[in-house]
Amino acid sequence: MSDLSGMSSARRDAPVHGSATPRRWRVHVQGWLLLLPAAVLLVTFTHYPVVATLYHSLFSNPRAGRAGVWVGADNYRAMVEDPVFWRVLGNNIWFAAGTIPVSIALALLMAVWVNGRIAGRSLLRLAFFTPTVLPMIAVANIWLFFYTPGYGLLEQLTGLLGLPSHNWLGSRETALGCLVVVTVWKEAGFFMIFYLAALQSLSPQLGEAAALMGAGRWYFFRRVTFPLLMPTTLFVLVNAVINSFRLVDHIVVMTKGGPDNATALLLYYIYDVGFKFWDQAYAAALTLVLLVILAAVALGQFLLLDRRVHYQ
Amino acid sequence: MRPGHVLETVGAWLLGALWALPLGYAVWTAFHPSEYSTRFVLGAPLTLENFAKAWAAAPFARYFVNTTLLVAMILAVQLVLCTLAAYAFARFAFAGRAAAFLLVLVQLMIMPDVLIVENYRTMSRLGILDTLWAIGLPYMASAFGIFLLRQTFKTVPRELDEAARVEGAGALETLWRVYVPLARPVYIAYGLVSVSYHWNNFLWPLIVTNSVQSRPLTVGLQVFSSVDQGVDWSIITAATLMTSGPLLVAFLLFQRQFVQSFMRAGIR
Repeated sequence: MSDLSGMSSARRDAPVHGSATPRRWRVHVQGWLLLLPAAVLLVTFTHYPVVATLYHSLFSNPRAGRAGVWVGADNYRAMVEDPVFWRVLGNNIWFAAGTIPVSIALALLMAVWVNGRIAGRSLLRLAFFTPTVLPMIAVANIWLFFYTPGYGLLEQLTGLLGLPSHNWLGSRETALGCLVVVTVWKEAGFFMIFYLAALQSLSPQLGEAAALMGAGRWYFFRRVTFPLLMPTTLFVLVNAVINSFRLVDHIVVMTKGGPDNATALLLYYIYDVGFKFWDQAYAAALTLVLLVILAAVALGQFLLLDRRVHYQ
Repeated sequence: MRPGHVLETVGAWLLGALWALPLGYAVWTAFHPSEYSTRFVLGAPLTLENFAKAWAAAPFARYFVNTTLLVAMILAVQLVLCTLAAYAFARFAFAGRAAAFLLVLVQLMIMPDVLIVENYRTMSRLGILDTLWAIGLPYMASAFGIFLLRQTFKTVPRELDEAARVEGAGALETLWRVYVPLARPVYIAYGLVSVSYHWNNFLWPLIVTNSVQSRPLTVGLQVFSSVDQGVDWSIITAATLMTSGPLLVAFLLFQRQFVQSFMRAGIR
């Protein structure tokens, strides 16, 4: 996604009209003026908040008209001793581990199917992709009903099989798993289209050549198709990781982090601490942890992805 | 036909059915009287009663207006700001361009979605809490849009640019007459992605709004369905389908454009 070669191509991209000295400063001025409106908003709502998060996490909450006082690492010390924080972080790791591999594998499977000669494939593509355009909040409402104890569809199905009734969202063992299922259902179709695009750009001659040489379909997929899809897989992977730390809408609707914090993810906890307990100093410290995680993902992506893919 | 192929077709259809199930269930519940919401009888009478009740029970008309205004406002500002910034990055070798571009890309990783605490503080200081501007402002300078358009503008042949300049067009006129028309498919793709993103956005609007005057549909739906007064699922599902309705209908009508737009936007 990022592009670091802007510098090297600066010379080539020099504006087409004159390069005499009086004209040159005009290029700088025009360039910055064009960028200015977007830059003001970006600095105000992205760069400033990142810096302010760090700053405010080192102060106490302002109280009764008095500004917060410098507390150094106190908020971070409280965080280390906060069992809920560790619980939430663990939940988030489980949530990521549950959603990412499954949604990517399913997306790939869907793409291969929809790309192949399967009967009714446009209808299948529709079924797979539709969850993507629905609001997560609406999806969560639908699934909430699906999971309802007693008369939800899931209970009716398990009832038919003679299984005992179970409160899927209400028990600690199954609640997070239920959210994983919803997320996979919502995301797999979205990731599918990237695989579909990649598959369609592969040369059909590759498959023909392999068939001539008697390679089996699975062998061909494993040794040729899958390696060729690697850039797509990495791109999808980065998106899936970011989403697992960014998407919490369904938690607000389905569990509110419960039961007993079993389904609270990091961003949901930040929301809880910051806007229900109004402990904004602690929320800032928690946000910083989230920012560090996202920065690590960015760095990982830079090291893995940008070596291979160039956008010039 | 090989047995493997049959097996795969069956597998694909099972997965497809599984994927369609929750939505199909919601449609069934919303269009039938509540006594049929969990009983699947072929002859069950169809009704629009649930939609009428949901519409009457909460100010959904106002929410629809809010969301439409919000989405239009965000998209309009995004298109202007991203076009100007992308043009600067694509065709002006100004000092600090590479560094500025890196700073823009930061937003691809750290989206406004996660900066809720500090952005709330900013909105409160600006005195615009509980307005559509508070919801929209953090998203208006979109790194994604800038990146997408910059890539497109870079592919515009320099000869076209030069021709316009020779005819005496200034920078903005060249942008408007040469670059913008050539990037039309990208604008459509970006527009579809942006509209569906902001139509669906929830957490940030939930935080910065607290009145009917500014609440978008998603937040309105949540306020409506979380009131615990003998939950009638038929009405809640009707409201749920209603709020996602316009987007869903648009998607069904322009399926190909949607899929291609998401694809184009993702691959960049």
